[in-house]
Amino acid sequence: MTVQNYDPALMAAQVDNDEKAFADLRQRHFKARAKLSLENEQLRGSFLGATDFLQAKRRAVFEDTSELEHLRDRGEAIRQQSLAQLPDLLETLEKNLTANGIQVHWAETAEQACAHVHSILAANNARTVVKGKSMVSEEIELNHYLEKQGIECLESDMGEYLVQLAKEMPSHIIMPAIHKTTAQIARLMHSRAERSDGQPVPYTEDVDELIGNARAILRDKFASADAGISGVNMAIANTGTLCLVENEGNGRMSTTAPPIHIAITGIEKVVADLADVPDLLSLLTRSATGQHISTYFNMISSPRKTGELDGPEQVHLVLVDNGRSRMFNHPQLKPTLQCIRCGACMNHCPVYARIGGHAYGSTYPGPIGQVVTPQMQGLDKQGELVSACTLNGACGEACPVRIPLPKLIRELRHEANSTAPASELDIPGKGSQRHLGEAVVWKGWALAHQYGPVYRSMTWALSRGRSLMPHRLGAWTATRTMPMPAEKSLHELAKAAGIQQQPSGVEDPS
Amino acid sequence: MAQQPFTRCRDYPARPQQVYLMGTCLVDSFDPQAGMDAIQFLQHHGVEVLFPQQQSCCGQPAFNSGFDDEARQVARQQLKAFAADIPVVVMMGSCAAMLHCDYARLFEGQPEEAQAKALAARTFEFTEFVDRVLCLPPLPASGERVVLHTSCSARRSMGVAECHQRVLQNSGVEVVEPNRVTECCGFGGTFALKQGDISAAMACDKAEAVAACGVDTLVSADCGCLMNIGGTLAKQGRPIKTRHIASLLRQRQEESL
Ligand code: SF4
Repeated sequence: MTVQNYDPALMAAQVDNDEKAFADLRQRHFKARAKLSLENEQLRGSFLGATDFLQAKRRAVFEDTSELEHLRDRGEAIRQQSLAQLPDLLETLEKNLTANGIQVHWAETAEQACAHVHSILAANNARTVVKGKSMVSEEIELNHYLEKQGIECLESDMGEYLVQLAKEMPSHIIMPAIHKTTAQIARLMHSRAERSDGQPVPYTEDVDELIGNARAILRDKFASADAGISGVNMAIANTGTLCLVENEGNGRMSTTAPPIHIAITGIEKVVADLADVPDLLSLLTRSATGQHISTYFNMISSPRKTGELDGPEQVHLVLVDNGRSRMFNHPQLKPTLQCIRCGACMNHCPVYARIGGHAYGSTYPGPIGQVVTPQMQGLDKQGELVSACTLNGACGEACPVRIPLPKLIRELRHEANSTAPASELDIPGKGSQRHLGEAVVWKGWALAHQYGPVYRSMTWALSRGRSLMPHRLGAWTATRTMPMPAEKSLHELAKAAGIQQQPSGVEDPS
Repeated sequence: MAQQPFTRCRDYPARPQQVYLMGTCLVDSFDPQAGMDAIQFLQHHGVEVLFPQQQSCCGQPAFNSGFDDEARQVARQQLKAFAADIPVVVMMGSCAAMLHCDYARLFEGQPEEAQAKALAARTFEFTEFVDRVLCLPPLPASGERVVLHTSCSARRSMGVAECHQRVLQNSGVEVVEPNRVTECCGFGGTFALKQGDISAAMACDKAEAVAACGVDTLVSADCGCLMNIGGTLAKQGRPIKTRHIASLLRQRQEESL
């Protein structure tokens, strides 16, 4: 379908507007971002629709709930065992990758990781890069870094490509452009995508045509790029193999067409054996998109060997820490590293469904983002994220590797308010969310509730003062009526009815 | 499309002679009649109910906000109030979950650890106790229809969503469930105050789904959710009343006498 009557200038202006709106959102504080997102009817509709759809797809593919629970047990066990031997597995991985001809680079920080990638590219005089999808590269802001060094880095996953064209950030870890409508994408492609002949792509709202247009552009880039960058879903220590899960074939193109392939991943992605892969893969694709298996599953075990006709001449792996060692050493927060980045937690989160991914202001949105981001960037900078949760548990119930996400969020709230002496293993910004006002409120609350007589006089006063109750209570009464205390508390009613307090022979603890 | 309810494996005792009732602080001040209804309902079935006057709050508000010391101070008081080795029946799913699932964590490494674990093991949510321990014969159909909202703690931490449904059906009322039945209503304790806009958006969606059922009574075994959804419905001027499940069960019991 090609639309005839349109105004290219108006369209370009709308695309610019979307970009400005995003930039404006980025400037704001979490609450303001959430509010703006909530007020955007179109956005709310698309996220709620998308999460309903993804939940239904997951449910359908995990029809047999006992099989699902069994598989989740396996997934959890594999991830926990891998983490239990993480240092050893990483050493084995390095040894076997090196033996296979894959060069390994270690990066403690995001900055170091970017610098590694840059120096590999610079050493090979590479100026153009095609990228498969990689959340770690988003985490370390690699595109931005390379751009500053004059290196063009083109995203080749359809969603990432659109987000890059729009100058935005992914709003979901699996479906980066989930926030965009077809019309927005059509305008974006027409105004910003450029064919290799320098012409704009014709305007269309037909999804297949849109994808066809992007594919044509990307084909040329794959053929001419100096290097390819990708993420890694699992790295197998005992065989020295990098596994990459994808649906579009762009991952395979990015990792095989250019002469250099640089893979980037977090140190937690390692598993011991090939035998660990099938269950994790099945959990990943089913939880993420409701697919039994993804369209492509790549296992990369070496650069091009002599006599082979294709494949890159060099393969590199950059292993990124960026706060992961700290998570590893934290007894309560260690399960954060079990994550296989399937996105199911955000698909099941009622908060994410309403505010969307951009409101979180971080690479990883939703429940896993609320857990990972403050640990990476500090509770002082991203501490408010942990308050944006009702602890309803839907994420933990969906997580294929049984990460107790609500428990971790609660733990982070504790860390955020902690007054314990500082230690080396601390999350940055520990204690930074503690405000005198709130701390005093909880102290007072504890006093009122730890002594029976004090508590009873408080509820007595509450019921007797019910007519004096304010009719407004901040955010609560903006959309709700004020709850009214009863005339007498249950303590009073029970006492009046002569209800016994303790079994005979047991003393009243007062 | 409803998700299959998650049922937890747990051993249940035979019908005891005595139980403690934990009223919970919200029921205590905002719906004390639900507590009295629960007491009368249980007594009618031959279980003597004890109500320690020393009880206050389970400590969850502070615990979920990350103020563990304050939560512990208050929780300690409950360990004392419910010290005897008899079952504790809790009026709200979220407080039951605090005792049953979180006390062990809260008291880890503390002198009261063993006591907290023992209390956790004899803690039952109200509908769980009625369904799994009392095992009552069904009452005749009353023709009444109610919308059921199961709190997230009742559903996911306690795993008693089925008990909610069964005790209601067993009492002869017809249970209707709203669209997106498993979704949180947006209360979340202090979340409703700290993230008021998001909470309000969730509550409005839930109220919409409840109203769409076309039934004039909303029941739940969690006072927080009822205040949240009910308060939103009331503000919108929708004539839907809220009731604790215990009050409905007591009413059906009286009607069937
Ligand atoms: S936390 Fe669990 S559900 Fe969320 S992305 Fe990671 S593996 Fe998936």
